[in-house]
Amino acid sequence: MTSMEVLIKAHNLTKRYNHFTAVDHIDFEVYKGECVGFLGPNGAGKTTTVRMIYCFLPVTEGELTVAGLNVSTQAREIKGMVGVAPQEDNLDPDFTVLKNLQVYARYFNIPKAEAAKRAAELLRFFQLEEKQARSIDELSTGMKRRLIIARALINQPQILLLDEPTTGLDPQGRHIVWDEIHNLIKQGVTIILTTHYMDEAAALCDRVLIVDNGKIIETGVPQKLIKEHVGEDVLEVPYNEVVLKALKEELPEADIEIFGDQIRVFVNAHGAFERIVKKFPGVNMTIRNANLEDVFLKLTGRKLRE
Amino acid sequence: MTTPSLSRKPRLTYRVWTVWRRNLDVFMKTWHVNFLPSIIEPILYLLAFGFGFGTFVTEIEGISYMQWIAPGLVAITVMYGAFFECTYGSFVRMYYQRTFDAIIATPINVDEVIAGEVLWGATRATFNAAIVLAVIAAFGLISSPLFLAILPVAFFGGLLFAALGMSFTALAPNIDFFNYPTFLLITPMFLISNTFIPLATFPSQLQTIALGVLPLTHIADLSRVLIVGRVESLGGLSPEWVMLLAVFWIAIVAAVFFVLSIYLMKRRLIK
Repeated sequence: MTSMEVLIKAHNLTKRYNHFTAVDHIDFEVYKGECVGFLGPNGAGKTTTVRMIYCFLPVTEGELTVAGLNVSTQAREIKGMVGVAPQEDNLDPDFTVLKNLQVYARYFNIPKAEAAKRAAELLRFFQLEEKQARSIDELSTGMKRRLIIARALINQPQILLLDEPTTGLDPQGRHIVWDEIHNLIKQGVTIILTTHYMDEAAALCDRVLIVDNGKIIETGVPQKLIKEHVGEDVLEVPYNEVVLKALKEELPEADIEIFGDQIRVFVNAHGAFERIVKKFPGVNMTIRNANLEDVFLKLTGRKLRE
Repeated sequence: MTTPSLSRKPRLTYRVWTVWRRNLDVFMKTWHVNFLPSIIEPILYLLAFGFGFGTFVTEIEGISYMQWIAPGLVAITVMYGAFFECTYGSFVRMYYQRTFDAIIATPINVDEVIAGEVLWGATRATFNAAIVLAVIAAFGLISSPLFLAILPVAFFGGLLFAALGMSFTALAPNIDFFNYPTFLLITPMFLISNTFIPLATFPSQLQTIALGVLPLTHIADLSRVLIVGRVESLGGLSPEWVMLLAVFWIAIVAAVFFVLSIYLMKRRLIK
């Protein structure tokens, strides 16, 4: 990573609203061509961070540069090279699908002919060609989402910011969006995405930053984080005193946690659970691979955020 | 610590045009519906007040009542066009459609979005004025060769009302809030700003208020000069001075509200 070009650099970045600190002295770097995920519960500060990157929110304290430009003084230049797909639908309901892209291109000063060409390409890429004459109200949630991402690409951005790109989509819709993001990654677009879906972060991101309460609590490659924090395999058993006692005896090295009425055992090697499963044939035990969600819950705790 | 961008003076570039153009594009999509009120309203007023009321008031200051109110109708359409565009219209774009948020994510800044909206409000007022002018021309109520000069007056008067409306939009907690300025400011102005009733018939305190703080009075006065060629005498001032005073009044107040609306909107939108 050291040889790679740094595109975004945050140092001591802080955002405060009166007495509430949404982003609390964070440091991070994003390299050219990476897909970085900000992973965290609601209210962790993901969206606030992204909004500071595209100069929508002023920085309270610290430094934030995008392609070497200062967000506080060079907003216009930064916004010209960044594409933003916000969480909420802010497509222009007064226009058709195609016109949304054309009008948006005008805000970037893209000449009309060039805008028409790019709009046509984007509609094809996002499989929205047939809908180009439709009004926004006629689109499904998934189509709107794709159009928002298409719109974010109209200025051929160096950096694409995707704020919760698949929240509220059905499984089919999510996979279409994932495929499209994968394609963009292949084309070398630098992507920052926020999500609270662990599978999304694992599927798309080269690196994740786990944020909680305005701080980055862990950074790394998803697979490495899983191995480091939770190991390889997870055993899930309904709560049972006898089994718990046996687990503690059999697997003294394992990390045993009780989540509600379930026991979860994390181990750092494959096949460690075979003996215990054989010992309790009547007990419903599930062995699965450890995933990012385990890391996440381990690091942020199980408290509900709202 | 970065300097808060609120206190800075408005930073405007040619990009204002793209915001203005967005609104024009929307307007042109349904132009026939948008022009309709401007055609129907003055006809209704001319029929109701001109023919109906006019049978009781046969003449005001030497001209027919219908001729007297016609310039007032131009002034009123300027006020309504600009004020409602930049209150209800802008609020919907800002709050419900999040159009401003979408634009601010591009190289355009908040100042330019608001300036574009206000200039669009002024443009709509000018369109309205042109249509009402055509209607009153059809009724044969134009008697001054200067009548086309009402269009620039409509634009700057519209700018004033658009910026005033935008200032309320910046303060509006919800869309119902606009009932206050509409009924406490716009409707009284509609009635007493030398539009349907000569200002001279009101008590002197009310005349002072109308001339001092109600923008519509000045637009109506200029409109009457340019359309029927008559000027109300104002405390012994010559007609030229009355006109010049009105022009300055509109220009200064429009400029003040233009800057204020951008300032207030930045305070609302930049958190």
